Amino acid sequence: MTTTTETTRSAVHRAILPIPITTARALIIIGGALTAASAFLSWTWTSAFPGDLTVDGYPGGLQWLTFAAGVLTAVFGLAGHGIRGLRRLNPAGSSSAELLLAVGGLAVTWFTLGAISVELGGLVNLTVGGWIAGIAALVPVAGALGLPIEGEPGSATSRGSALWRHIKNHPSIKPTRPLPAYAEILIIAAVLAVGLGLFTYGIDTGYGELFVGFLITVVFGAWALYSAGLTDQLSAITARHRSVTAIGAFAAAAAFPFTQSSDQYTSIGVNVLIFATVALGLNIVVGLAGLLDLGYVAFLGVGAYTAALVSGAATSSLHIVFPWWAAALTGAVASMVFGLLIGAPTLRLRGDYLAIVTLGFGEIFRIAVSNFDGVTGPNVTGGPNGIPNIPDISVFGIDLGKSHSLGGFTLGRFSNYFLLMLLFTAIVVLVFTRASDSRIGRAWIAIREDETAALAMGINGFRFKLLAFALGAGLAGLAGMVQAHMAFSVVPDPYQFAGSVPPNSAFLLAAVVLGGMGTVSGPLVGAALLYLIPAKLQFLNDYQLLAFGVALILLMRFRPEGLIASRRRQLEFHEAEQPILQTTEEAGLTKAKA
Amino acid sequence: MTTTLTENSTAPEPAASTTLLEAKGVIMRFGGLTAVRNVDLTVGSGEIVGLIGPNGAGKTTFFNCLTGLYVPTEGQVTYKGTVLPPKPYKVTQAGISRTFQNIRLFSNMTVLENVLVGRHTRTKEGLISALLRGPGYRRAEAEARTRAMEILDFVGLAAKADRLSRNLPYGEQRKLEIARALAGDPGVLLLDEPTAGMNPQETRATQELVFAIRDQGIAVLVIEHDMRFIFSLCDRVACLVQGEKLVEGTPAVVQSDERVISAYLGTPYDGAPGSEEVAEVQAAEAAADGATSEEEDR
Ligand SMILES: Nc1ncnc2c1ncn2[C@@H]1O[C@H](COP(=O)(O)OP(=O)(O)OP(=O)(O)O)[C@@H](O)[C@H]1O
Ligand SMILES: [Mg+2]
Repeated sequence: MTTTTETTRSAVHRAILPIPITTARALIIIGGALTAASAFLSWTWTSAFPGDLTVDGYPGGLQWLTFAAGVLTAVFGLAGHGIRGLRRLNPAGSSSAELLLAVGGLAVTWFTLGAISVELGGLVNLTVGGWIAGIAALVPVAGALGLPIEGEPGSATSRGSALWRHIKNHPSIKPTRPLPAYAEILIIAAVLAVGLGLFTYGIDTGYGELFVGFLITVVFGAWALYSAGLTDQLSAITARHRSVTAIGAFAAAAAFPFTQSSDQYTSIGVNVLIFATVALGLNIVVGLAGLLDLGYVAFLGVGAYTAALVSGAATSSLHIVFPWWAAALTGAVASMVFGLLIGAPTLRLRGDYLAIVTLGFGEIFRIAVSNFDGVTGPNVTGGPNGIPNIPDISVFGIDLGKSHSLGGFTLGRFSNYFLLMLLFTAIVVLVFTRASDSRIGRAWIAIREDETAALAMGINGFRFKLLAFALGAGLAGLAGMVQAHMAFSVVPDPYQFAGSVPPNSAFLLAAVVLGGMGTVSGPLVGAALLYLIPAKLQFLNDYQLLAFGVALILLMRFRPEGLIASRRRQLEFHEAEQPILQTTEEAGLTKAKA
Repeated sequence: MTTTLTENSTAPEPAASTTLLEAKGVIMRFGGLTAVRNVDLTVGSGEIVGLIGPNGAGKTTFFNCLTGLYVPTEGQVTYKGTVLPPKPYKVTQAGISRTFQNIRLFSNMTVLENVLVGRHTRTKEGLISALLRGPGYRRAEAEARTRAMEILDFVGLAAKADRLSRNLPYGEQRKLEIARALAGDPGVLLLDEPTAGMNPQETRATQELVFAIRDQGIAVLVIEHDMRFIFSLCDRVACLVQGEKLVEGTPAVVQSDERVISAYLGTPYDGAPGSEEVAEVQAAEAAADGATSEEEDR
């Protein structure tokens, strides 16, 4: 460290606020700690605001989020200060991680204070503790703005844009030696546990304000971890232990129903899972083969209607009862046939034409099933009323409609369906990963990249596009079976292009694009967000679609590759890191050879 | 340049060899424009045949007719005596591979994956075996990878197997296109301006590469504007002008044909031995410049 004057001078050039670096770091650490501590004060006078923020000596509701953000800020501040052992937290050594965490803390604290003021009518509703929290949250932000930022010094651009570029910078981490395998597996397990915890916390939030606060904290937190280079390190670790990660992720997902004491939120869970699985199926069509399908939800509908018809429901026009696996297979096969029927004439079209034709076919499905009611057409699907009273299924003698207790936990009806759906999700994930990393998947990607060149490589373009289309349709049909039984009835309305409740074709496509095309986890994450946000923010009601549109535009502007970039996209950004990737790739190669 | 690729190489056969690829009376019309007029061309085994002609002469269109990307208005193309159906994937399956004038790599795939796609016709694992991943599938996949790595080694790109192809420098992208085409185990390789945009060193390396490919027993048909490259490389050269085949013969014959020179220069041939080569090089360079600038327009 140089003399204070020199530091100050350089800080003037390379930081937003002209304060010495040591002071800046101290502000971050102390400010983070103060913010966390302020969560222990009471912030408002009455318990009229949800979560009860009136208690001194214990955080409640939204205060927990402020507390978490404060602690993280302080810890990253200490890591930036060079405390041994903590340095691993910020391998990229980027100061934007501290800034993002500090801003996240500020945002969630001020959001809470603002929500209190607005809902209870004025700033008078804030106690001294609330004011302290609001001011304390500013301190680490000021400190973080005093840290130097990267970028060409002396460039004519404004400090604001330099700062923005600094934050947007992709973290560059030096290739590190892999940890021992057990340590890496422990890290994966810990991350999955935290992920399950976050998902459970988010799904269990009892009121909209808490969910918004949760989103703010998670967004800034995740962004900070990304800036610190931790997500990159994590993806390198998971790439080394792929099957462990996959099994662990399913174990974590299967643990979800056990964290729930009632069926109130497991119904959301199973809907998220259905939506996510169908989005992953769509990712084969859109993300791998590059076929823009705007009528995909119709295949879910075909699966659901087929399963309903063979469910033995009194209202079904077919009076037969299939066991669960046969119903699922029938749904999948029916969807696949429907996919072939639609695909055969349309897949000769390219690009925009295909999108328009699939959009049309999707609508035709919905309109057709509303007309097969015995009046305007043959009585097959029950018309607009659909097929109600679908009986529950039993799997291996277990009636999914009843509660069962397992090792002290009670699993309700939706928990049962959640676990069944998870089985189908696993199948779809397996199909996706294996197909995408094979001769077939490479042919799909080649068609997506350059159809003419793909043809010249000997790929029968039409056949492979049809295969992608039919496979995607079949996977959606599988999910349709669970949906039909879980929801008690099938009606035509949900299977439309756009609506406020996912899954519909627009939301499915959005989940794929938002999450990350061509990846497994992308659509799963995208679908979870797209389902949870409207489900949790009921107060947005009329503005939901508007907010959805704005969010999509922002995302396309700032992260066009989606939340989770595919390995290929990563390669594109990480040429410098080639050694790591090469070794993992080579490991894969030798494994394949063996 | 090692391993199995050189094993099956035989000594270059004499030019009078069996006919592999034969185009007869190929005509390609686009509305009122006739891009290819009644062109006959044969490529025999072990041969390197050149195709030259000024910009817009119809060379690429002729290639597209050979490979099934265009359905010729008239005429037919046979390979080893059987008529080729105008479907690109069937042509490749039969044993004809090609590269493109404006590089058409799968840019978001790695170098290795590009070559593996090129291997598509020589592997046949379907969806079911990809999902089940049995021992047969693993073996086939490992073999495909080994073979792809051999080919990458052959063109000198093995060290960059895991790069994204879009991040390769221009010259290496052209090499990768050749590697991808070789992965289909072709009998005839069609190269559309393989040295466009290359510096003299890279051009020389490409020349060596084409000779090495020929030594593997693969016949080559190459379009090029670089006359020095064409004349030192080819056993036989054909010149297309406005869709018509003007002359065909050994490099010496074509080189000294007045019609060829006037087609390129637009001026009569003056016969001075020294100025001849200079004029050719200039013409070639001008043409190459034209080709690259046109490419940028696309
Ligand atoms: N698909 C098409 N539709 C209409 N005209 C075409 C088409 N493809 C090529 N042409 C025309 O055919 C003529 C021959 O074009 P081609 O690309 O084959 O020339 P070329 O000999 O390859 O030239 P260059 O040396 O510039 O590559 C040109 O006039 C071109 O505009
Ligand atoms: Mg051309």
